Amino acid sequence: MRRGNVYLLIFILVLFGFALWSVVPLDRNAFGRKGLRLGLDLAGGSYLVYQADVSGIEPGTEDEIMDGVKGVVERRINALGITEPVVEVQKQEGEYSIAIQLPGIADIEKAKEMVGLFTVLEFREQDAGGNWTPATGTVNGENLTLTSRYFKENTYVAADQYGKPLLIFEWDATGAQLSKQITTRLLGKPLAIYLGDEPLRGEDGHIIAPVVQAVIEDKGQIEGLSLADVNELKDLLNAGRIDVPLGRWVEGEFEPNVPLYERTVDATLGQDSVQKSILAAGVGIVLLVIFMLVYYRLPGLVACLSLGIYGVVLLSIFKLWPVTPITLTLPGVAGFVVSLGMAVDANVLIFERMKEELRGGRSLGAAVEAGFNRAWPAIRDSNITTFIACLILIWLGGTLGTFMVKGFAQTLLIGVALSMFTAIVVTRTFLRLIVGSQVATNLAAYGVTPFPARRET
Amino acid sequence: MIDFVGKKQWFFLISWILVIMGIAALVISQIQLGTPLRLGTDFTGGTSMILEFSPAVEQSRLRDEMAKLGYEEATIQNAGEGSFVIHTKEITPEEARELAEKLGAELDSQVEIIDYYLVSGTVAAKTTRNAVIAVIIAAVAMMFYIVWAFRRMPKPFRWGSCAVIALIHNVFIIVGIFSFLGWLAGVEIDALFITGLLAVVGYSINNTVVVFDRIRENVSRHIRPNFAETVNDSLIDTLGRCLNTALTTLFVLLAMFLFGGATIHYFVLVLLLGVIIGTYSSVCIASQLLVMWERREWRALLPFTKGTT
Repeated sequence: MRRGNVYLLIFILVLFGFALWSVVPLDRNAFGRKGLRLGLDLAGGSYLVYQADVSGIEPGTEDEIMDGVKGVVERRINALGITEPVVEVQKQEGEYSIAIQLPGIADIEKAKEMVGLFTVLEFREQDAGGNWTPATGTVNGENLTLTSRYFKENTYVAADQYGKPLLIFEWDATGAQLSKQITTRLLGKPLAIYLGDEPLRGEDGHIIAPVVQAVIEDKGQIEGLSLADVNELKDLLNAGRIDVPLGRWVEGEFEPNVPLYERTVDATLGQDSVQKSILAAGVGIVLLVIFMLVYYRLPGLVACLSLGIYGVVLLSIFKLWPVTPITLTLPGVAGFVVSLGMAVDANVLIFERMKEELRGGRSLGAAVEAGFNRAWPAIRDSNITTFIACLILIWLGGTLGTFMVKGFAQTLLIGVALSMFTAIVVTRTFLRLIVGSQVATNLAAYGVTPFPARRET
Repeated sequence: MIDFVGKKQWFFLISWILVIMGIAALVISQIQLGTPLRLGTDFTGGTSMILEFSPAVEQSRLRDEMAKLGYEEATIQNAGEGSFVIHTKEITPEEARELAEKLGAELDSQVEIIDYYLVSGTVAAKTTRNAVIAVIIAAVAMMFYIVWAFRRMPKPFRWGSCAVIALIHNVFIIVGIFSFLGWLAGVEIDALFITGLLAVVGYSINNTVVVFDRIRENVSRHIRPNFAETVNDSLIDTLGRCLNTALTTLFVLLAMFLFGGATIHYFVLVLLLGVIIGTYSSVCIASQLLVMWERREWRALLPFTKGTT
């Protein structure tokens, strides 16, 4: 038994152990581990895509503003009490859109109403009864509410002499007049910032309501907030300077509040799909295992073991994928299943080669090595086309309103890449260890009739 | 030992029948429906939804009621267990609910909208364009791959051509089958159909590459006096691998097809057909074309002609 193999075995076992630890429990958050994120077709819920009308935005600042819009939409949705909404900004050919996944939502109409609202933030003061009412002032005889519309675009984050974060802002002409009237009136009193009917809250859940320290005319600062809050507020205020209506373009006309795509899947259908997928995957895997055991015997068993490791590691990759966890969708399950078949494919290629070498009269150890070495080019080449197809599909999926295409392609891509690893590293190590330790020397265990070693001619 | 090469005219005959039937389905569908393939919501825009009736209702009655309510143009597809996939013009969720209520009252059944999907017409055109671009990029990328994969072959262009012909043959058969299903059962193709098609194109090239690779290896070892026998030997060498990988993938796909539910039923069908036809074509079409080309017996393409064996 070579030492390298033992190290590899330890590596594989540690990897497996870690993957298993991260995967269990599969369906919910526990012990600091998040549950597998299910797509809407499995969890039920809604998916909305809106185009953004960025015609009011100065060219060059769109990316930043859209980040702010995303923050606004996220806050509105969080206010509805939806767990784990996913909001993404998509940019294609200079057009911006926002895709929103709302798992398990009950009232889609309410959500659409909230999302469709404008992104402007409103300042509110407390009346005698402690209720927050819009902070207003009079400009040119008009009664106006102070909103984020009156900010200049250069709201930025700075630090004071003690290193505490500050938010520096500047009003335009109208804003300056309003601000002067309001801050004079509210000196020593709090001023809250509202998005729709919800006050902005800091990360600790407190309402963000800075107390007015001085009369602010054209320039001011907000202090006493955490760095994260300051940064988020900066994005929100910058985004709230301009209306970015969400809706869709139809023949050059913008229809506000109408989604480009809308999909709602009933939770019962989702549950049904989950059950059916589990049944289907279970039946498929059992058939696969039986086939591998009957046809390839000992190597088949080894392949099944490495498939088990493959499955657990793949699920763990899904859960631990950095930035945004991968969403498991129904086509994703199909992709998983296909990649399972392909993972077996790599093993089959190796075993067939191995059998040939054994029939050719090579020793067991030599046959294992030759099997791997000669099957490798075929495995590598045969996966290239799948990679090509997956990359194209991920691009196509990104341009579509359906999350399903991308789900399939991502799953298949990661699955195929991982399957190469399991075939080459895991199966090989296991087989080397078995062959090296002389546990099974009978060729029948490898699916080869020991005699005669000739090929029919 | 199985003589694959000797049976090549039979294989060609089977493929001709399948391809011609596919073309016929496309033509009939074009004449009857005005489109060779029924295009789904992703490509045409509009609203598509799954209505679940309990107790179940008959499709013909549902169609009549839909027509009465002004949805004559709707495509209705039976998804089993009392549910129907309905694709119609763009209607809002409220309109959809109203429609479902009316249908329920008329058909005396409880109705639930279990899946509602709206695609704006404007974006559907873009989707169609992007899908076409994706298919073209895929085709070009695969061609480059084939040129690269066959660089070691004695006559790269010829070997590559045979692989491409087999590939086009596979795509034609699958598209033909879906045209047929669209015509008979109202099955629509959606973005997932394109996805499945691209995935199986990759799969069938793989298979062909593995078989061709073995032919090349055996040719260079000169174990057989003539090319046809070498090809046959190589087919037998790789048959175990081809069948086994196809079988293992088919087991899991078949389980998904039978138990996996309506949402991805036809997507899995594309994959299933792709694996079967892809395996068949790499053994029975691509390699046989190679033999035919080597011997220049073009008449073998036609059935019931005498080839020299």
